Amino acid sequence: MPHKVQILINGRREEVPAHISVAAAIAAIGQGATRRDLTGAPRAACCGMGVCFECRVRIDGAEKLGCLTRVSQGMEITTDA
Amino acid sequence: MIHDVLIVGGGIVGCAIAERLALGGLSVCLVERDCIGGGATAASMGHLVVLDDDPAELALSAWSCERWRILADALPAGADYRATGTLWVARDGEEMEEAERKQARLAGAGIASEMISAATLARLEPALAERLAGGLRVPSDAVVYPPVAAAWLARQAAAAGADILSGIAVRNLDPAGVVLADGREVRADKVIIANGCAAPELLPAVPIRKRKGHLLITTRGAPTVTHQLVELGYIKSAHSTEGDSVAFNLQPRPTGQWLLGSTRQFDDTTTGVTPRLVSGLIERGKAFVPALAAVSALRAWTGFRPTTPDHRPLIGAWPSRPGTWLACGHEGLGVTTALGTADLIAAQLLQTATPFDAEPFAPARFAAEYENAA
Ligand SMILES: Cc1cc2nc3c(=O)[nH]c(=O)nc-3n(C[C@H](O)[C@H](O)[C@H](O)COP(=O)(O)OP(=O)(O)OC[C@H]3O[C@@H](n4cnc5c(N)ncnc54)[C@H](O)[C@@H]3O)c2cc1C
Ligand code: FES
Repeated sequence: MPHKVQILINGRREEVPAHISVAAAIAAIGQGATRRDLTGAPRAACCGMGVCFECRVRIDGAEKLGCLTRVSQGMEITTDA
Repeated sequence: MIHDVLIVGGGIVGCAIAERLALGGLSVCLVERDCIGGGATAASMGHLVVLDDDPAELALSAWSCERWRILADALPAGADYRATGTLWVARDGEEMEEAERKQARLAGAGIASEMISAATLARLEPALAERLAGGLRVPSDAVVYPPVAAAWLARQAAAAGADILSGIAVRNLDPAGVVLADGREVRADKVIIANGCAAPELLPAVPIRKRKGHLLITTRGAPTVTHQLVELGYIKSAHSTEGDSVAFNLQPRPTGQWLLGSTRQFDDTTTGVTPRLVSGLIERGKAFVPALAAVSALRAWTGFRPTTPDHRPLIGAWPSRPGTWLACGHEGLGVTTALGTADLIAAQLLQTATPFDAEPFAPARFAAEYENAA
């Protein structure tokens, strides 16, 4: 049984494996979209390696790449930031 | 068929010329080896700015900015033409004196501008750092999104009957016109070389060097800025002839992003992004707009300015090769000056009066250097 952490995604408490990325956590809870483009269309993590910038979300107040940031206990994540 | 004019290169300069000549009734063919509006045009900032440090450049850029203004309503929405004006930012008394001299030079060309105190600066652009000395506001400057503007000019040309070929290169010039990469010959009375940095590939004696530049764009949500902001120290670094330089230049995009420039380097002809210079851009930017520290950079890229020895573009007949004309070497101002360039070429080909003195741009000024080369 892998170690779990509690995080907040858009104000909702979620429990996810401790070793995954923020982008993976967002996908795992079925939220899907990380942000919206100028037309309002949803966007989601694409490359998974810090190139496409589609996974950007606000993490503890700062805009970061979800695919390159690992979840940690108590982390607050806002999508569409 | 023999075209009146064949234009090599579909950057903003070639497209502007194609539009102007096709509307002037000439039969025009434009050949672009990659895609229309790629090249330096796609890499650039699209600041439509009057530069006054050289009287010839002042005449060309002032005329061109006016032409953009007239065109503005016709441009498609995606060309993002916005009359942001330019705010030249001064850090100290010395740069304020430079702002005053700049105001006088602009006034000489009929361009109105306004000296801005430190207090007014803080009110106009609250994102700027405290303790700047003030600046000069030039309300008639603007910004445009260059690749869309270039593509639109090419479509206008096509609608007026021009043939626009893209995805195929001009391999070489021949006495009757040009030969394309697939061996096809396209015949034309006159050939206009408008392929920017690549001009020496067709005419090795054309004195053009590549000058690399880096730009960076932030994500959305940057604080509001309404003018294109440029540091007054810019000209010093823009015209230094050797070495790397970084100058603060910030353009607010309609999306809420910031486009941040710019660097200038001569010795590097590779397209890669140099981390040291990107950090230089950010550090320089933070000195003027501290909030940059909290904004995320989305992407950085590079482009090449086609630079001539005297920093003036080459516009006009190329004396050592009959029927060959040049419209290249626009350095860091070619988006602005594309329309004026097209007007000069059109006036010379159609034998009407030029709107301003064409002589300073005549390629013949480099005669001694190309006497022995075609
Ligand atoms: C970082 C940066 C920022 C800039 N910012 C500004 C700015 O804010 N304002 C401004 O006014 N200017 C700016 N500039 C300058 C401006 O981008 C250039 O002066 C301008 O784009 C030059 O246009 P061009 O049509 O001559 O060249 P290009 O846009 O390079 O077009 C030349 C075209 O010719 C094609 N070509 C080459 N060889 C051949 C061939 N053999 N056959 C067929 N086609 C060929 C190329 O594919 C290319 O598309 C900037 C430049 C850079 C690099
Ligand atoms: S998914 Fe592409 S940068 Fe994160």
